[in-house]
Amino acid sequence: MAIDKTLELFDCGHRACAGCGHALGTRLVLKATGRDVIVVSPTGCLEVFSTPYPETAWRVPWIHSLFENAAAVASGVEVALKRQKRSEKVVVVGGDGATFDIGVLCLSGAFERGHDFTYICMDNEAYMNTGIQRSGATPYDASTTTSPAGARSFGNRRPKKDMPQIMAAHGAPYVATTSVAYPMDLMQKVERAINTEGPCYVQVHSPCCTGWGFEGSQTIAIGKLAVETGLWPVFEMNNGQVTKVKKIMRKPVEEYLKQQKRFRHLFKPIRQEAEIAKIQAIADANASRYGLDLKPRK
Amino acid sequence: MTMRRFLQGNIACAEGAIAAGCRFFAGYPITPSTEVAEHMAERLPKMGGTFIQMEDEIASIAAVIGASWTGKRAMTATSGPGLSLMMENIGYAAMTETPCVIVDIQRGGPSTGQPTMASQGDMLQARFGSHGDYSIIALSPSGVQEMYEMTVHAFNMADRYRIPVFLMADEIVGHMREPMEVPDSVLIIQRRLLEEEGRKPFEPREDLVPDFPLFGHGHFVHVTGLTHDERGYPSTSNPEVHERLVKRLVQKVEGARREIAMFDVVNPDAEVVFVSYGAPSRSVQQVLHDFPGEGFGHLRLKTPWPFPEWAPGRFENAKTFIFPELNMGQMARELERHVDQPVISVPKLGGALHSPEELAKVAMEER
Repeated sequence: MAIDKTLELFDCGHRACAGCGHALGTRLVLKATGRDVIVVSPTGCLEVFSTPYPETAWRVPWIHSLFENAAAVASGVEVALKRQKRSEKVVVVGGDGATFDIGVLCLSGAFERGHDFTYICMDNEAYMNTGIQRSGATPYDASTTTSPAGARSFGNRRPKKDMPQIMAAHGAPYVATTSVAYPMDLMQKVERAINTEGPCYVQVHSPCCTGWGFEGSQTIAIGKLAVETGLWPVFEMNNGQVTKVKKIMRKPVEEYLKQQKRFRHLFKPIRQEAEIAKIQAIADANASRYGLDLKPRK
Repeated sequence: MTMRRFLQGNIACAEGAIAAGCRFFAGYPITPSTEVAEHMAERLPKMGGTFIQMEDEIASIAAVIGASWTGKRAMTATSGPGLSLMMENIGYAAMTETPCVIVDIQRGGPSTGQPTMASQGDMLQARFGSHGDYSIIALSPSGVQEMYEMTVHAFNMADRYRIPVFLMADEIVGHMREPMEVPDSVLIIQRRLLEEEGRKPFEPREDLVPDFPLFGHGHFVHVTGLTHDERGYPSTSNPEVHERLVKRLVQKVEGARREIAMFDVVNPDAEVVFVSYGAPSRSVQQVLHDFPGEGFGHLRLKTPWPFPEWAPGRFENAKTFIFPELNMGQMARELERHVDQPVISVPKLGGALHSPEELAKVAMEER
């Protein structure tokens, strides 16, 4: 099934910040799903900026669940559609707070029961809708309002939760990561997910200019740097096995970090070599685990 | 000595908690309460305290309960949707007699409702939200000063009665900024610890409150949400054990109403009396200020729960009670149960306060 790239099911004129990764990502998701889809969205930025009339962006049936229950609402929609022998695809589009933290119970239950739907996590690595609080997706050392960098702290003290592996461990037939910086990759993976029977999970890197602190014109550039530094490995998993990896000529992580206010404390007032080295080690581990490097670094 | 500061209500709440000795906060971001968590995240590590961001509100209140059993003052802050998620744990805290403070910065409901607008729609939920019978204390601040003072008081009441205590604020009071006096020190009422040899961990004193058995102090304390006897062990099929326990959980608060309840009485000779709590009190105060010659009275409930049913009687000439609330009349229903005079509920939904003019108009018609 070919993707109709001219299809616009997520309209312009919504209230997202200029340069919002979620808005771009969701627009691409709907190009891949086509019209024959029902979307469930939990509470979050996407819900808030895309829905108030007359700036409503959705040209497909859409239901806001609560914050914690999108996967369970989707389970109900999917089962009831199937019972009626209907063929619409069911897709959840939610943020990382709703996916990694408050909604993980319902998500785990839905994947364990094996519902035929696709869960897409637009990951901007913190609670942006309530004003930039850390989530389970916030990367190591990122400063947020509830993991503030300062005299006693370099920011978020824990590494990002590995949700793709957690979802794969549920026996999901298809798990993928992608980025709004790679539109074709994103659309192809969503298309594969919705056409794979069973619960599928796609995690989309979605840079947030407001929460991360960069110019709205740099969203794609930042997204590319995350991938090119190895901090956001782009891969596909089928039935628990990594089957495809986006290979890169790896750049040092600081090229990514130094462009964002959330990591500014690693460079000013003094350069925190030890902390930057820890983040480089995360990228190195990703590279070795997923075989990201096109050729070994000298 | 005090220090004059210009603070936001939510920040004053967090500062009050720190002054009260709270060094443990577990929470989850939710508008319009998030500033409480953000301020605790910044302040607590510097004071040797702990801020934990949990994965949801169920986990937040559960962590607070766990921390409280180590003997420490612990709290969480949330708004309506989060309070709804906390309900099973709140019943557990009541059943296990765990002191804890829950700050609810109320917003418009039901469901996701109006995240950035004020409401008092959780007043009955705070009192009756969890299943079964129990009783709690709820405080309603109507300004930044009270956000501070009542947070301190909430910790004292939680420790005094071994119950969950609610600070039932709202978006207006939470986000309001005004000058306040920060005291050098505050009154702390410590939790009464179990130290007497041979006394059982859930054996009540005369005030119906058992001494608190700290973990790790030799009591082999057994804490359970099942119906339990005075030793703390489950006894789920003996009707007498259940009746004795649940009646005590209710009575230790309801029987101490006169000790607990706080309210302000203005113009006790008035015939037309406004009753209020929280933010609408500001509108009522303006009415009394703007119409000094009309002789309106004002009963301001600082503790809506337990409800001080004798307080309306302080207005001996009262012919009518006018009760403005940012809900459909949740506490007016309670007042109606206790007075013979008509109670005029003045509901206001949508987030704005009653204007003094609209309240004055209602009062003029009743005069």
